[in-house]
Amino acid sequence: MIASVNDNNHSDDGKPHHGVSTRAVEFAVAVFTFILGIVVIVDSRRVGAGWAEDGPQAGYFPYYIGIILCIASVWTIWRALFSAKDVAGVFVSHKKFRLVLSVFIPSMIYVVATYFIGIYVASALFIGAFMYWHGRFAWTRIIPISVIVPVVMFLLFEVWFLVPLPKGPLETLIGY
Amino acid sequence: MEEFSNLMQGFSVALTYQNLLFMLVGILLGVLIGVLPGLGGANGVAILLPLTFTMSPTSAIIMLSCIYWGALFGGAITSILFNIPGEPWSVATTFDGHPMAKAGRAGEALTAAFTSSFVGALIAVIMITFLAPLVAKFSLKFGPPEFFAVQLLTFCSFVGLGKGHPAKTIAAMMLGFALASVGLDTVTGTLRMTFGTGELLRGFNFLIAVIGLFGIGEILLTMEEGLAFKGVHARINPSVVWQTWKQLPKYWMTALRGTLIGCWMGITPGGATPASFMSYGIAKRFSKNGEKFGTGEIEGVIAPETAAHAAGTSALLPMLTLGIPGSPTAAVLLGGLLIWGLQPGPLLFVEQKDFVWGLIASMYLGNIVGLIIVLTTVPWWAAILRVPFSIIAPIIIVICAIGAYTVNNAMLDVVLMLVFGIVGYLFKKLDYPLAPLVLALVLGDMAESSFRQSMLMSRGEVSIFWSNGLVGSICGLAMLMLFWPVVTKLLARLRRGNNDLDDARPVE
Repeated sequence: MIASVNDNNHSDDGKPHHGVSTRAVEFAVAVFTFILGIVVIVDSRRVGAGWAEDGPQAGYFPYYIGIILCIASVWTIWRALFSAKDVAGVFVSHKKFRLVLSVFIPSMIYVVATYFIGIYVASALFIGAFMYWHGRFAWTRIIPISVIVPVVMFLLFEVWFLVPLPKGPLETLIGY
Repeated sequence: MEEFSNLMQGFSVALTYQNLLFMLVGILLGVLIGVLPGLGGANGVAILLPLTFTMSPTSAIIMLSCIYWGALFGGAITSILFNIPGEPWSVATTFDGHPMAKAGRAGEALTAAFTSSFVGALIAVIMITFLAPLVAKFSLKFGPPEFFAVQLLTFCSFVGLGKGHPAKTIAAMMLGFALASVGLDTVTGTLRMTFGTGELLRGFNFLIAVIGLFGIGEILLTMEEGLAFKGVHARINPSVVWQTWKQLPKYWMTALRGTLIGCWMGITPGGATPASFMSYGIAKRFSKNGEKFGTGEIEGVIAPETAAHAAGTSALLPMLTLGIPGSPTAAVLLGGLLIWGLQPGPLLFVEQKDFVWGLIASMYLGNIVGLIIVLTTVPWWAAILRVPFSIIAPIIIVICAIGAYTVNNAMLDVVLMLVFGIVGYLFKKLDYPLAPLVLALVLGDMAESSFRQSMLMSRGEVSIFWSNGLVGSICGLAMLMLFWPVVTKLLARLRRGNNDLDDARPVE
C-alpha cells in the first residue's frame, strides 16, 4: 500500500512531484494504530477484562481503550480510502525525505555509539559530523564547537549537578 | 480577604534571594527554549525536570514555571522577526507581527506583543489567585465519579474544541491511555503489555514521550522545511517602548476579549494555540480596521498574544486545583509535582499552602521579570537565531538525548525517544494532535483509578456517572463538548434555514 507517486501524478500547478502520497501514509499510520488497539484488547483479555470478586480486573479499563482506539483507527482508514479530501497530495517528496533521513540516521548512530564510547565523545563526533555534512563548515570552526559543547555538558552534569551520564573509555582514562 | 493574606505569605516565600535567582534563570532558559526550533515549553521543562529532583519543590516549580513564561514570551520574538513561529501558539502572531517588522516597525510589534502577553498573563494570574481557592474548596467534595467526570470533560473538550479531526484526536488520546497502562498495574499487581520484557515493567515515561514527540519530531520537520532564517533586525529603545505603550490603551477591548478567550480555553483544555487563533479571528471581525488585518495591524498582534499568554497561564488553574493540566507544559509540571512527592488536587491548597501560594506569587513576579528581560534583551535572542541550523540542530538533539537519559538513567529511554520522534513527525504531518496524547499519558493512571473506584462504588453500574446532580451535570457538559462541532452546525443550520449537507461530519 505504500505506493510511490510517480510521474503520472502531477500536482495542481503542473509540476511533477516525487514522493509518498499522503493517502498511503495516512492509511499506514491508521493501520498501525489499529494493530496497537488489537494488541491492547488481546492483552487486556489475557489479564482479565471483566469483574473479579474484589472489583474490576487489570484489563478492565485498557480493554475499552483498545476498543475505542480500533474504532477511531477504522474511521481514519475509512476517511483515508474513501472520503477525505486532504489526503490527495504528496506526504513527503523524496528529496525532503532524504533530508529527514540525513538527520535521523546519524541520530540513530549517535544513540548506538553512546552505548560504547559514552555520551560525551559520541556528542562531539555527532556535532562535528553534522556540521561537516550539513553546514560544510571549515575544520577551524567544527573542532572548537564540537569539543566545547561536550566539555560544558561534562562540567554541568558530572561536576556541578552530579548527574552521571553514560561514559566510555575516555572518561575512565581521566578518572571518571 | 483570606486569599490576599495567603498571597502575601506566598510573596514572602517567592521573594528570597535564591528563588529570585531561579526565577531569572528560568526566564532566560525559557526565552532561549522559546526561540530555538525543536525546543519548546513542554520538552524544555521535561528535559530540565530531572535536574530539579534535588531542589526544594517550591524553588523547582518556580524555576520550571518561569521557563514556561519565558517560552511564552520567546515564541513572539521568532514570529515577528523571522516569520517562524517558535511555538505553535505564536503562529497567529506572525500574521501581523512580521509585516509590521518588515515595514520597519519591529520594535513596536515586539513591544506590543510582550506587553499584551504580560497583560494577558497578569489578568489570568489574578483570576487564578481568587478562583483557584474556590475551585479547590468546591472540589474537596468530589468523589471518584466526579473526578472521572472532570477528566472525561477534559478529554471530550479536546475532541470537540480541537482543530484536528475527531477520529485523530480520539486515536491520539487512546494511544496515550494505552501507553500509560503499560507496566505494573499497582492495584492488582498484574503485568500489562510488557510481553515478558523487564524494561517495560516501568512503563512508558511521559517525559520521554514529550522529549521525543516535541523535540526530535520538531527537528525532523524543521529539517524538511530546509532552513534559511531570514530575519529582520530589531532594536528596542525606551522611546519606542514608550510610544507603543501610549497607543496600547486604545485597544483595551481587544486585549480584554483576548484575555477572556485565553482564560476560558486555558481552563477547559483547549490550550493556547486555538485560543490565539480564535482571538485573532474575533478581533478581525470586530475591529474597525478588520479588513487591514494581515498587513501589519498592531491589533493583530495584541489579540493572539493576550489570548495565548492568558491560556498558558490559566492552564495551571485546573492543574493545581483538580490535578488536571490544561496544556502539555502544565502536564509536565504536574508530572514534576508527582515526582517531588506532592499530590496535585484540592488538598494541595490545604496541605501545601507555602508551595501553592509561593507558586502563585512567583507567577506575578515571573511575568514582571520576564517582561523586563525580553524588552531589554531582544537583539541577543535574534542573534541566536542567526546561528546556522546545522550547528543548532545537533546540539538540540544531544540535549534531548541527555534529557531523556537523565529521567531514569536508562539508555533504552533514549532509543524510545527516537521512536517517539518518528511518531511525532508522522503525527504532526498528518494533523494528529499531540497534546491529548501527552495529557492522556500523564493522566492515564489517575483516570483509570478514578474510573475503577467509581465502578467499585457502583458495582459495575455505569449509571453512577449520572447518579447525582453534580456528576451528572459535569458528564452532560462533557457530552456537549464532545459533540460541540455537531451542535454548532445544527444551530447554524437552524438559524440559516437552508442546509448544505456536504461538509457535515459523520459522528459516532
